[in-house]
Amino acid sequence: MNNKLNKVKISLVKRHNSEKLFRLYGLAGIISAVLFLVIILFSVIGQGQKAFFTTYIKVDVYFDSKIIDPNDEKKEKDIKFANFKKIITSSLNKKFPKITEKKEIRELSSFISSSEEEKLMHFVIDNKDYIGQTKSMWLLASSTIDVIIKNPDMEKISEEDRLISDKQLSWLDQMRSNNELKKIFNKNLFTKADSTEPEQAGIWGSLVGSFLTIFVTLILSFPIAVSAGVFLEELAPKNKFTEFLEVNINNLAAVPSIIFGLLGLAIFLNIMHFPRSAPIVGGMVLALMTLPTIIIATRSSLKSVPPSIREAAIGLGATKFQSVIDHVLPLAIPGIMTGTIIGMSRALGESAPLLMIGMVAFIVDVPSSFLDASTVLPVQIYLWKSTAARGFVELTAAGVIVLLVFLILMNGLAVIIRQKFEKKW
Amino acid sequence: MAEKIKILTKKVNVFYGDKKALDNISVEIPDKKVTSLIGPSGCGKSTFIRCLNRMNDTIDICRVEGKIIIDNEDIYSTETDPVLLRAKIGMVFQKPNPFPKSIFENVAYGPKIHGLSNSKDELEELVIKSLKKAGLFDEIKDRINEPGTSLSGGQQQRLCIARAIAISPQIILMDEPCSALDPIATAVIEELIDELAKNYTIVIVTHSMQQAARVSQQTAFFHMGSLIEVGKTDQIFSTPKQKKTQDYITGKIG
Repeated sequence: MNNKLNKVKISLVKRHNSEKLFRLYGLAGIISAVLFLVIILFSVIGQGQKAFFTTYIKVDVYFDSKIIDPNDEKKEKDIKFANFKKIITSSLNKKFPKITEKKEIRELSSFISSSEEEKLMHFVIDNKDYIGQTKSMWLLASSTIDVIIKNPDMEKISEEDRLISDKQLSWLDQMRSNNELKKIFNKNLFTKADSTEPEQAGIWGSLVGSFLTIFVTLILSFPIAVSAGVFLEELAPKNKFTEFLEVNINNLAAVPSIIFGLLGLAIFLNIMHFPRSAPIVGGMVLALMTLPTIIIATRSSLKSVPPSIREAAIGLGATKFQSVIDHVLPLAIPGIMTGTIIGMSRALGESAPLLMIGMVAFIVDVPSSFLDASTVLPVQIYLWKSTAARGFVELTAAGVIVLLVFLILMNGLAVIIRQKFEKKW
Repeated sequence: MAEKIKILTKKVNVFYGDKKALDNISVEIPDKKVTSLIGPSGCGKSTFIRCLNRMNDTIDICRVEGKIIIDNEDIYSTETDPVLLRAKIGMVFQKPNPFPKSIFENVAYGPKIHGLSNSKDELEELVIKSLKKAGLFDEIKDRINEPGTSLSGGQQQRLCIARAIAISPQIILMDEPCSALDPIATAVIEELIDELAKNYTIVIVTHSMQQAARVSQQTAFFHMGSLIEVGKTDQIFSTPKQKKTQDYITGKIG
């Protein structure tokens, strides 16, 4: 008897040790995952938060009537074709009267974003009284200046490696000491679409594009996938053919997304002649990609409904279809919703299939319909990442932040829906 | 006394795939009486009761041969709609299985899908009548809108009985209705079965021979997929004709 207990004791040490080791592995796995996540978030947020603010320069703008209104008629046509770049440059020049060389003046005028010329033009059209007057205004700095302000380290590196010359830097210092620089919230980021100038580029265009695309995806894939799942799981006879379908659907869920993009290109664009780069086509392609995911989620949540519920309904004389619609499907809704939102999150973060159907184009207008050319968030991030200009680095990170926020919101929604619909029995 | 026969089976064979589950079952079930089916686990008594309302149709590999005649109609003929058949046969399952809805909704579901009541008031009346018949109304009358799953096991089973009788069936099938219940809840259900037998033909599968003796007028003993003996309950338990029946009721097999 003692002998047996001893044997158990010896083996017990081994058994406990293996459990401890397993716990250790698990803990190490979780810690490393969290560590990497923190590193990623830290670097993305560190870069991205800079893009949420942008630099403005205070300039006493002199609306020279000789430039704006040479005929003294205050005609809109004259104002529209006036050289506002000259106005900005000469106004800037007043700050630094010593600068007379052409090259230096050009360097000085590069402080202000070119988009401000149009803004001043509209300002003058609306306020014609200012012609010939001087007004103190905050003008958007060019992205070069913005980058220098946001990254003070760059001031220390040598002139050749820096984006601006020593002279420009000294002017910048002078403006700074005169309190003529300020950083305010970057409105462009959330109101504009893509641009070649980083300070004028925004993610609103791609955000709207993403929203339109996901909407099409949801409208197409949810009803089709749920009906298909219900049919296959509950109503279809179990035979070789349905087994074959099941295997194929499971395989489709694992097909690389770019294949769906090629399919969309071949069928929706080349055969059916849908417009290129349009959210409706993107949505259709992503719906194809999402269908298997939702079908599988639907089937597995239908499977998890206890058979006793089905029997109860059938036993009362409900038809098979009634038992499914009235009892089984409502109980499966939380699982179906979770699967759907996971599928939608995947579609939201997808870029490869959309490249195939041309949603990678450079689009400066915010799309206003499902047929307008547009791009989506992940593709916009990809586009900015591959652009050389220094100011796009921060924009890329800001795009990632917005995308992450959206994904977190969607997953949060999945949790809420799950809890709301979950019934206990 | 010539009894009216409600259900008549002729040479019923049931197969699950290649496996034969029931062999040549011929039995007569009298109207407005309780017939109990006894026998050891896996003897086919549950399979048999599920043939009576074609519940086995839901199992793909199940195949039924022979004739089952209810009210002069062969229920396995191609003209019979199993949905219509189940509308006149109520069923109560082994594990209480109320829908995860309110008590009212549970009972009202059957009448609703069959369109048995013309108005809301009529439906309400029917639900209350069914709950009263199942002896549940007095216990739950204040919580009729609470989920059926919040009731105790015994109450849930009576709710399932109320749900079954709400569609005014002629026959009630009970598949081991008390196996998940404690003795007190079991006693309540047995009393209820006695009461229901006045108006319904009841077929009950049970593990407990005492229960069969208490509630039924006719007993059928199944063993290994065959019907060994069927007769008046008193006779089966006092003077069984077959050796196997004798062995089972005295505890030698099973």
